[in-house]
Amino acid sequence: MATEPIVTGHGASTPGQGQGAPARRAPSANRTHRSAGDWAVLAVAVLIGLFIAFPFFLIVINSFKSPAEYSTGGPLALPTGLYTDGLVAFWERVNFPEKVWNSVFISGMVAVLAVLISMFNAFALGIGRVKGRLWIVVLILLANMLPQEVLLYPLYFMFREVGLYDNVWAVIIIFTVIQSAFGTYLLASVYSTFPKELLEAASIDGAGRWRILWRVVYPISRPTLSVLLIFFFIWTWNEFLIPLTFLVSNANQTVPVAITALQGDRIMDVTTTSGSALLGLIPTLVFFLIFQRTLTRGITAGAVK
Amino acid sequence: MASTLAPTAPRRRAPSALIPKTSRRSYWIYLVPGLAMLTMVIIVPLVWNVYLTFTSYRGIRPPEWIGLENWARLFADETFWASFRNSIAMIGAMVVLPTLVGLVLAALLFDLVGKKFGGKMASFLRATYYLPQILPSVIAAIVIGWILRPQNGALNAILDGVGLGALQNNWLGDPDTALLSIMPVLVWIQIGYPVVIFMAALQRVDPELYEAAELDGANWYQRFGAITVGMIRPEIFVVVLTCTIAALKVFGPVYALTGGGPGTSTIVPAYYAYSQFFQAQQVGYGATIATALTAVIAVVAVVFILVQTRLERREEVG
Repeated sequence: MATEPIVTGHGASTPGQGQGAPARRAPSANRTHRSAGDWAVLAVAVLIGLFIAFPFFLIVINSFKSPAEYSTGGPLALPTGLYTDGLVAFWERVNFPEKVWNSVFISGMVAVLAVLISMFNAFALGIGRVKGRLWIVVLILLANMLPQEVLLYPLYFMFREVGLYDNVWAVIIIFTVIQSAFGTYLLASVYSTFPKELLEAASIDGAGRWRILWRVVYPISRPTLSVLLIFFFIWTWNEFLIPLTFLVSNANQTVPVAITALQGDRIMDVTTTSGSALLGLIPTLVFFLIFQRTLTRGITAGAVK
Repeated sequence: MASTLAPTAPRRRAPSALIPKTSRRSYWIYLVPGLAMLTMVIIVPLVWNVYLTFTSYRGIRPPEWIGLENWARLFADETFWASFRNSIAMIGAMVVLPTLVGLVLAALLFDLVGKKFGGKMASFLRATYYLPQILPSVIAAIVIGWILRPQNGALNAILDGVGLGALQNNWLGDPDTALLSIMPVLVWIQIGYPVVIFMAALQRVDPELYEAAELDGANWYQRFGAITVGMIRPEIFVVVLTCTIAALKVFGPVYALTGGGPGTSTIVPAYYAYSQFFQAQQVGYGATIATALTAVIAVVAVVFILVQTRLERREEVG
């Protein structure tokens, strides 16, 4: 659907290219020439953006309504004042700062440890080219393919045996393995095309494998590593089933678990639910906005294969 | 990069490590921490799970060996097949549509919006598309469930507001519309991922290629097909594979929105396994469903990776 205006847009701009030849040499001049088709494409892109953002808009407006206001005005009316009782009630009820800290600690630890494991694995697979590397990658990817319900019973017994049940480290260990599977898959293919000259130069200078990893491979692949770090953090933050199962006590819960656990609770009227969703998405949103530039720059650098 | 490898790659039959004078075997040490943790967290539970498929186990008394009974039951289980049929809908909503739309959107943002309206506008739109990805799926489901609910839900309110009140529906509660109501939600959640990856990939495509094609009179469509899709093929592979795996094992949105119902209209394998594990306490049968699902996912992934490696190799030689 969205493709149609593009074609007409370019149809409109092609005839102009005959006399516009010098403009192509200076591409910046091209920017000022916007055809009707270009505007149509932009309008479609913005419309899609509005459509995607619409549920977020609903979350925000309904978080600041009183339940009475909601029942008279419905979900679409703008709030008439800033009603924050729902937000405050939720905040205090779940001890929100504690849940945020749990989530930050778990996600942060997983992000760092999983990047480290991915880098070691990919170093052996992509640069060391160990025998049977394709099958090792497939084996590691099993961590990604397994439906998580499979893990619950066995890991429950195993972690209870070693005293890690209801301990954040159980969740950290599990997600370090799961996230590093994706990291290994991605990094191994990036490392397999690592500039050979750099490795050879370092080797001639007498550096061993360990030094080459930290002095050459790590700094050059840092953009890709930071993308993985951000992905792992957000993915782990959003996980639900495993934290729900392994972190039973209230003091260990993560943000999504705390919010879901309260559904159906007495204090959770519609606007409080909306407020809890708003509070639940703010930390990842802030995180994403801070790292957005790293994310885009990094994927590019990593993809230079 | 692939073309510069071409002269050396085919000639050297036995590949060696990229660092000179190191034996390939010596790198195994770097795999030890990762593989040790993998064994503990993934391999052992997987093996245990396969064992459980041959047992009757209700979670309390020790598992009792019953041979292939669970597997026979599985193949005759209409709900199991229904769950896999719904998986096809999930692949449509989480792989096919997001990848195709994501390709077009990424190319548009990069090629047209970025160049004509500035990079700021393009990255702002990209961030907007990515928003649902950072929303925990259970929270997304709470919000969507509330938008779709029959009494004073937002969608019905909108329909009423624009004079289409007759179309109001109990979207998730009606077996005819439940699956069709979940699918757009999944597209909404998923779309930002391909857009971000593809836009990043496009940045490494040499702009001169586009200019040359434009000089040769190729229109946007032709350039899109010949250059864009061809150059970012590695990323397309990664996106399709990871999204297919995610679609086959999708759980969170179904768990939070419909619980597989009404009836079996939105049941998916991962949710069916979960309900056998924890609601019916049929651990042996739950393990059988989960194992079958894992096998399907593994086969899909292996075929995928083999095709990808073959294509990459052909590119290096050619």
